[in-house]
Amino acid sequence: MAVGAAIIRFMGLDPVSAYRALVLGSVGNLNAVGETLVKAVPLMFTGLSFAFAFRCGLINIGAEGQLYMGGLLSVCAGVFIKGLPALIHLPLALAAGFAGGGLWGLISGWLKTRFGASEIITTVMLNYVAIYFVSYLVTGPLKAPPGNFPHTEPVAVTAELPRILAGTRLHLGFIFALLAICFYYVFLWHTREGFELRVVGQNTEAAKYAGMKPSSSIMTAMFLAGGMGGLAGAGEILGVQHRLMQAFSPGYGFDGIAVALLGLNTPLGIFLAAVLFGILRSGGNMMQMMVEVPIALIYIIQALVILFVVAQIMAKPSGRRRLRSFLRDFRLFEASGGAGRIGSRG
Amino acid sequence: MGNEGLLNFIVSFLATDLRCATPILIAALGLVFIERSGVVNIGVEGTMLIGSLLGVVGSYMFGSVWWGVLTAVAATALIGALFAYFTVTLGADQVVTGTAINILGMGVTTTLNRLIFGLDKSIPPIDTFKVISIPVLSKIPVLGSVLFQQMLPVYVAFLLVPVAHVVLFRTPFGLTVRSVGEHPKAADTVGINVWKIRYATVIGGSCLAGLAGCYLSLGVLSFFIENMVAGRGFIALAAVIFGKYTPLGALLAALLFGAGEALQYRFQALGSGIPYQFMLMIPYVLTVAVLAGFVGKSTPPASSGVPYTKE
Repeated sequence: MAVGAAIIRFMGLDPVSAYRALVLGSVGNLNAVGETLVKAVPLMFTGLSFAFAFRCGLINIGAEGQLYMGGLLSVCAGVFIKGLPALIHLPLALAAGFAGGGLWGLISGWLKTRFGASEIITTVMLNYVAIYFVSYLVTGPLKAPPGNFPHTEPVAVTAELPRILAGTRLHLGFIFALLAICFYYVFLWHTREGFELRVVGQNTEAAKYAGMKPSSSIMTAMFLAGGMGGLAGAGEILGVQHRLMQAFSPGYGFDGIAVALLGLNTPLGIFLAAVLFGILRSGGNMMQMMVEVPIALIYIIQALVILFVVAQIMAKPSGRRRLRSFLRDFRLFEASGGAGRIGSRG
Repeated sequence: MGNEGLLNFIVSFLATDLRCATPILIAALGLVFIERSGVVNIGVEGTMLIGSLLGVVGSYMFGSVWWGVLTAVAATALIGALFAYFTVTLGADQVVTGTAINILGMGVTTTLNRLIFGLDKSIPPIDTFKVISIPVLSKIPVLGSVLFQQMLPVYVAFLLVPVAHVVLFRTPFGLTVRSVGEHPKAADTVGINVWKIRYATVIGGSCLAGLAGCYLSLGVLSFFIENMVAGRGFIALAAVIFGKYTPLGALLAALLFGAGEALQYRFQALGSGIPYQFMLMIPYVLTVAVLAGFVGKSTPPASSGVPYTKE
């Protein structure tokens, strides 16, 4: 906060009124609280997206692309399937969003396990492909006929996520995001697959020794990570926008990285970090309008938060030892020949 | 006539390829040294972005493209020092720190851009790189216009390849860098300061990333656009892997990725009827395909990504 204030001051603006706008815009009244939570929903999903992969030792920078593909499939399910009751239509549209993102994430998982291609690079590249693909569809085949706006038809009412708090835009996606966080916890800490996924993330060599299959854990992790990214897109489309357009995400996929890292990849941490960044996003809009502080400032804050967290972990001897031994094991695994393909980074 | 048309097409395609390959190549050469010393820097994308904005800012404020370059390189040296402090001195996770640098780059450039130039679309004229024709050589038919009528950074990039090769493989410094990347403990034992070498490669490599960035904003275009690096930092990372962590390999990889981008411009100019979004995907799809096809044969330095501490 202090650093942020210093930056605002440096820009020749008044930090006090900037922060007042930030607070007013994020928690100042019921509507503002609703907006904050509306923004926190995709952040929880994209945070989970990064975290699922990270727990398996993978770096998923592709939540943005997964979000677009999820939004795309959910809008297809919402627009083209008609005449279903909401009880079936809505889950179907959400499942389509999950599948869209999941399959997109699975491409990177497959490229890594099959060819040893760094998931860091492939997820970034696939972001661009997904965004251009959606851009093509909404300006071409899926464009709603009347008018010149490049967006699709709205989804059927039966596929919309209903509002859950009168007077705000808060929608049912919030509940689904909380359920997703519960799923993250239960899956990773209370199922065999989740346990294997974490072991692979911490010490792939040991995992192999114990008879686990790192490649199948990697595929699972990337599918779930992609699916969470897809749900972020589906929630945004079905709950807020109701139609698909170009650039419908202001970078939620990238925010998710900071959310997960700040939340230390724990369920509660991700929830709190998502709400914090929701405050920054909704309050940031107000700050931009009232005091003309560019909203891009929140990226600077995010970066500083990550660096701060990283430095904090390194300052604690126990954390440092944990991370070092983690990295040493990681290295051992890489050095062990064939398996190195899976772990090759950078 | 047909032959002449084809020749013209090839000539302009090759010239575009060199231009497109240049930013990837410059960044990749810096990355070769960083990676060889055992550091993984995925923050190069954000570093390039900062280079491209500050190149414009420097040129705008001081009225000369050289001041732009100097500003960009100085700023990215600072970014490199920041990255090195976290990853080398503190021993923080390199990938996470690199991600933070990328986010920082996006935030800093977008914020500064809006503060300095505002959101209105009027672009003030700034001094940019000029095309330099090499006397005599540029008159060679076909090749002359491809190779010897380019902007200065293009020449610099291609001259840097043999320089980087010699430094890395034929000098004591290069040997030191490589030994630090392969076996830092052994290097330390014989009296090499591992941290110092890694600081040097990270800061030097970041300066090159800054140069690559300002070539984008002062050469390819003549202004800054938000997120204008558009994944080229990551493509440079892919070029280093594909080029087996050598300068010559990086050159070939950069030419290949540059060709992908050049192809996209050519197709668009020809008006082939394919939607432009698919053209724009070419460089990214190409990068994924190349990574998938060839990375299995490329081995990173043994201590890649591991912080070094004395025990």
